[in-house]
Amino acid sequence: MQVVSVVLYLILAPFVGALLDGFDRIISARMQGRKGPPLLQPFYDLAKLFSKQMLAVNSVQMLLNLSYLVFLAVAGAMLFAGADILMSLFILSTADMFLVMAASSDSSPFSTLGAGREMIQIMAYEPMTLLLAVGFYLATGSFQVIDIIRMPYSTVLTMPGFLIGFFFVMAIKLRKSPFDLSTSHHAHQELVKGLTTEMAGPTFAIMNIAEYYEMTLMLGIVALFFINENWWSWPIAIIACLFVFFLEILWDNVCARVKWRTLLDSCWVVTLLSGGLNGLILMLIR
Amino acid sequence: MGVIPVLILWPALIALLIPFLKQSKVRGIAVYVGAGGVMILALTLLISWLSGGQTVNLYQQTELIDHLMLAGELVLMVLIVYLSIKHRKYPVILLSVGQTGLLLWSETVQPVESPYHMTVDCLAMLMCIIVAFVGGLICIYAVGYMKGYHKHHTEYQDRSGFFFSMLFLFLAAMFGLVLSANLVWMYFFWEVTSVISFLLIGYTRTEEAVNNSFRALWMNLLGGLGFAIGIAVAAGTLGSVQLVDVVAAGAVIPVAMLAFAGLTKSAQLPFSSWLLGAMVAPTPSSALLHSATMVKAGVYLLIRLSPALCNTMTGMTVAFIGGFTFIAASMMAIAQNDGKKVLAFSTISNLGLIVACAGIGVEETIWAAILLMIFHSVSKSMLFQAVGSIENTMGSRDIESMHGLLLRLPRLTYIMGIGIAGMYLAPFGMLISKWVALKAFVDADNYLLVIFLAYGSATTMLYWTKWLSKLVSLHHTKEPVHDVTLPDQYLSMYVHSAATLLLCLLFPLVSTYVVDPMIVQLFGSAHEVLSMSVLTTMAIMLVSVIFVPSLMFLLTRATHRDYVPIYMGGINEGDNTYFTNSFGEPEHLYLSNWYLRFEFGMRRLMRPSVIISSGVLIVMLCVIVGGAV
Amino acid sequence: MAKLAKSPWLLHYDASSCNGCDIEVLDCTTPRYDIERFGIINTGDPFQADILLITGGINNQCESVVRQLYSQMPDPKVVVAVGICACTGGVFKDCYNIKGGVDTVIPVDVYVPGCAARPQAIIDGVVKALEILEQKRKAYSEKQEQDSRA
Repeated sequence: MQVVSVVLYLILAPFVGALLDGFDRIISARMQGRKGPPLLQPFYDLAKLFSKQMLAVNSVQMLLNLSYLVFLAVAGAMLFAGADILMSLFILSTADMFLVMAASSDSSPFSTLGAGREMIQIMAYEPMTLLLAVGFYLATGSFQVIDIIRMPYSTVLTMPGFLIGFFFVMAIKLRKSPFDLSTSHHAHQELVKGLTTEMAGPTFAIMNIAEYYEMTLMLGIVALFFINENWWSWPIAIIACLFVFFLEILWDNVCARVKWRTLLDSCWVVTLLSGGLNGLILMLIR
Repeated sequence: MGVIPVLILWPALIALLIPFLKQSKVRGIAVYVGAGGVMILALTLLISWLSGGQTVNLYQQTELIDHLMLAGELVLMVLIVYLSIKHRKYPVILLSVGQTGLLLWSETVQPVESPYHMTVDCLAMLMCIIVAFVGGLICIYAVGYMKGYHKHHTEYQDRSGFFFSMLFLFLAAMFGLVLSANLVWMYFFWEVTSVISFLLIGYTRTEEAVNNSFRALWMNLLGGLGFAIGIAVAAGTLGSVQLVDVVAAGAVIPVAMLAFAGLTKSAQLPFSSWLLGAMVAPTPSSALLHSATMVKAGVYLLIRLSPALCNTMTGMTVAFIGGFTFIAASMMAIAQNDGKKVLAFSTISNLGLIVACAGIGVEETIWAAILLMIFHSVSKSMLFQAVGSIENTMGSRDIESMHGLLLRLPRLTYIMGIGIAGMYLAPFGMLISKWVALKAFVDADNYLLVIFLAYGSATTMLYWTKWLSKLVSLHHTKEPVHDVTLPDQYLSMYVHSAATLLLCLLFPLVSTYVVDPMIVQLFGSAHEVLSMSVLTTMAIMLVSVIFVPSLMFLLTRATHRDYVPIYMGGINEGDNTYFTNSFGEPEHLYLSNWYLRFEFGMRRLMRPSVIISSGVLIVMLCVIVGGAV
Repeated sequence: MAKLAKSPWLLHYDASSCNGCDIEVLDCTTPRYDIERFGIINTGDPFQADILLITGGINNQCESVVRQLYSQMPDPKVVVAVGICACTGGVFKDCYNIKGGVDTVIPVDVYVPGCAARPQAIIDGVVKALEILEQKRKAYSEKQEQDSRA
């Protein structure tokens, strides 16, 4: 069962991520009064990127990008294998570190600035992810995903604060406004393309696939809030994921990008108020 | 077990010998022999201990040594008084005379018979091995380093003989400290380490060095005063000055006072500034005193005390101070661009985590604390050595000047990379310990520590990642760099990096065969902190961290790439280092790290942190002592 | 339809334009014209661009910049000169500092005349460029195969 789920994740996550990205672009376009690209546009983009010339500014960027991809896949696989959620989140930040390395290795002004901002972003979201794992532990008595999904009731009932907090920091991971400082899915940004500036063709395609793995992983964590031992919790979880994803798109379109100070302050404060308070209550009633 | 006096006396002997060797070559050989001897002796002790029982108590009758120690303490007091008068730091005299007098009074008014004076058990043995190997290697490293140091700093008088002598004396004192079971003995060695660190910090004799050395001295003496009070109270109320008795009885005031001493020694807030000031000393002393061994004396004592700290107000206070130091120091590390300062803050911060673990005082946290201690000693000592070598080579230890170091000093950069990865990356050792600590904090219902750990991990991540990314920037500069690091320095650093990697790889074994027995000895029982399958997963993960990038390297090596310049708006001057500025002139590209000085600077955070921590410490000490009296 | 033609990403560079054409280029991204319908993204990054869109004539200062940006774009790639100045130098043709149209520096595939070029014309030019891009892609992949065989 676990093997099946991991294999399915490893194979399907990029497709799910790309499809969601396609929806994202259409919905965003409609919100802006445009028609938007076809649903399969992300697939066309990937196919094109892989067919392009292999331009590079150094010899290590590709391998660091590939490592980023592999570690993200591992982090996601751990979640979908029902393993330790804390471990999965730790590996997630290791993966992100490889992305920062890949961007810094260029030693170019834009990617270095993007890498710096990426680090600030990691610093902004990491307390929430750690507290989230603690929250699951407090609510279910286990860090194991397999135990969390076998609870008699959905954990969201006891940890709504964590869901709000996680929704907040997820905008960073999905690279959505107002928190898309290091690089953005939108065409225009003050940093050219931020930390992906020197990534061309296949290198950039690998980065995109990694992002799709990450997107699936994030939505998997959202689903974790809803899944319980009953079968009907699964469709509810999927609907909840889609709804959360829609909210992120909405937020992306109504918000301007903020400065890093605001990013850091707001994420830390929201983490403390939502996750921190919720966790404290859980600990007191335990 | 007859090797113990040799183990303590051998480095002391070398220390006496070295000042008489004027030729640097002969002195170098003496240091090699001394350090090698220390390692061999420690191994001998390990073997004889392994073949014997688990806990060995030694030396029932030691009247002569007791008297010698008393005389030694008086000598130290006289030395401190003399130097304080010479440098006009009079308040220090008060502390020194106060504690020595208190101890004298205690020993004469309420003499206590000790059943034994030294104990060899798992924890003591581990500390011995760390001190002997990390310390010994640092001494070997120092031989090469001091040559480069004085070539580079001609303005300071060359007192290398004194320096090496102090290093060895320090090793002797550390062995004595960790093996002592009797508090009076431990106190003597404790004082010796304080004074040696004071002398080493003042090595360069600049005004800054002297001021910093006196700051280190008075803070450590304050801890020593706490230690002395602890001994006096224990002797008066319990009628025993054995550490085990104090812990077993859970005597509130002695435990609180000893814990206080431990906090000062391990540079916890509000006493962190002495360790930061200590960075003026030559790097081997920073590595030895301030990362690998001396500060570990503080956490060693706290780990010993931990069974008595569990679920007490003292334990709560210690855990709070530790957790608070962890987050505050890691925040302040962000704003530092001096390599050694970052290492110092990171040391304080990691010690804070260990202290917090000891303060909670349950099996899981002690397991994490001991592992953190092992990993931290090795990685941090290696990092200090690497930064020292980089400084000797480049004339600067500014992180900004390490941009693109991978291309200029590749060997040193790999060593630094291993050290940094070992300090914070999943799934290296430090992180596993952090994980266990997090779980234990939740189980101990200490939510404040959970919050500290969550935020502190994030800030820790930032300062290491930005340093690492600075190192791996592939930036070609035209200035040639000539690596002046000597073979003996490399030897030490290679051994350290191999040890770091091995420790991580053999993590499950270390946990089962080294740490679990210690938990059994401290708590009487040990259950599995992390299941074997988890540990194995971690080891596999570790392999993948090394394996994945290497595999990717092999995969992508064959790919054909067309190299182009980096993007600078299309105005590069043909290479990646210069661009055309608005005057049409070529300008050198300079990329700086983020330091967030206004947010996380020492100027902003230090004072509030000190005020909060000292406030908590004073109030809690008053409450604890008042409650007990 | 082929891979490239479904996802052409633009790099827009203003050589020495009066900004008239630039406004019209940006116009294409607005809801009225919405070039994202064709999967076109106006990226700012030569490393990720397939089509270089240049407005304005080339002067001495921007000559090296245009060359460099062009060199940083991965093959296959096409160049679209937008506006009469980019095509020939336009009214500035005889200025002391103007070299002429974009084709004096790098090979141009599509010329979109106009002062300023209308958004419809620009989109038309880009779509024309897609055909050329497709031809180039075929030639490029054939060349790759030859190289790998050799």
